[in-house]
Amino acid sequence: MGNGTSIGRVRGLGSAKNGTHHWLLQRFTAIGNLLLVLWLVVSIVLLQDLSYAAVIDWLSSPIPAVAMILLLVSTFWHARLGMQVMVEDYVHEHANKFACIVALNLAAFAGAAFGVFCVVRLALGASA
Amino acid sequence: MCAAAGKGIRKSMATAGTKNRPLSPHLQIWRWGPHMFVSILHRVAGNGLAVAGLGVFMWWLGALASGPEAYATFAWAMTTPIGYIVLVGISWAFFTHMMSGLRHFVLDVGAGFELNINKIWSIISPILGVLLTAAFWALLLLR
Repeated sequence: MGNGTSIGRVRGLGSAKNGTHHWLLQRFTAIGNLLLVLWLVVSIVLLQDLSYAAVIDWLSSPIPAVAMILLLVSTFWHARLGMQVMVEDYVHEHANKFACIVALNLAAFAGAAFGVFCVVRLALGASA
Repeated sequence: MCAAAGKGIRKSMATAGTKNRPLSPHLQIWRWGPHMFVSILHRVAGNGLAVAGLGVFMWWLGALASGPEAYATFAWAMTTPIGYIVLVGISWAFFTHMMSGLRHFVLDVGAGFELNINKIWSIISPILGVLLTAAFWALLLLR
C-alpha cells in the first residue's frame, strides 16, 4: 500500500481506509433531517394544542406516522455519524474509541427502534 | 536554494504517515474569527441535539405510546421552568445547527470561501438561528 498514492486514496486506501461514504451519508441524512424536522416544526405550530388527544389524533394518521418514522431513521442515522466524528476526534486511546463507537451504534439503533415502535403502536391504535 | 526546499518537501511528503508526520496547528495558533466560532457551535449544537434533543424526543414518543398518564407526566416536566429551558435550548440548537449546516452545503459546492463572504455568513448563520428560535416560540405561544 505504501504511503498512499492518489488513486489509492480515492479507493479508500489512505490511512483512514474510508471517509467519502461517511461524508456523503452525513449529507444525505442532513437533507432528510432538513425536510423532516422542518415538517415536524411546522406540524407542531399548526396543531390546535399539544394535548394528548390532539397529538394522538394527528400522529396516528398515515402520513404523519410515516413521516415521523422516516424522521426517526434520518435523525438517528445522522446523529450516529456526527457523534462518531466527535468520538474519533476526542477519544485517542484505541480500545476506548472502539468501545465508544460500539456503545454509540447500540444506542442509535436502540433509540431509533424504540421511536419507530412507539409510532407504529400509536398508528395501529394499540393504545386507544 | 528553492530546489533544496522542494526536495525537502517531497521527502517529508514521502514519509508522511510514518514519522515526522506534519501536525496541523491547533486552535490557539490561529487568529480568532467568526468562522471558527460557527464551526465549534455547529459541533456543540449537533452533539447537544443528538443527546438532549433525541432524548426528549424519545420521552415524548414513549409517553404518547404509553398513554395519557405518562403523557401528563411528560407535559408537567416540560412546562416547569427547567423544562422550558431544555425545550428552548433544543429548539435553539436545532435552528442553529440547521443554519450552520446550510452554510456547510454552500461550502461543500466550493462557494463562499472568499474572506469577506465567509466572514459575513459565519456571523449571520448563528444570528438567523436565534431569530428562527424566537419566531418558533412566538408562533407556538401566541397562537
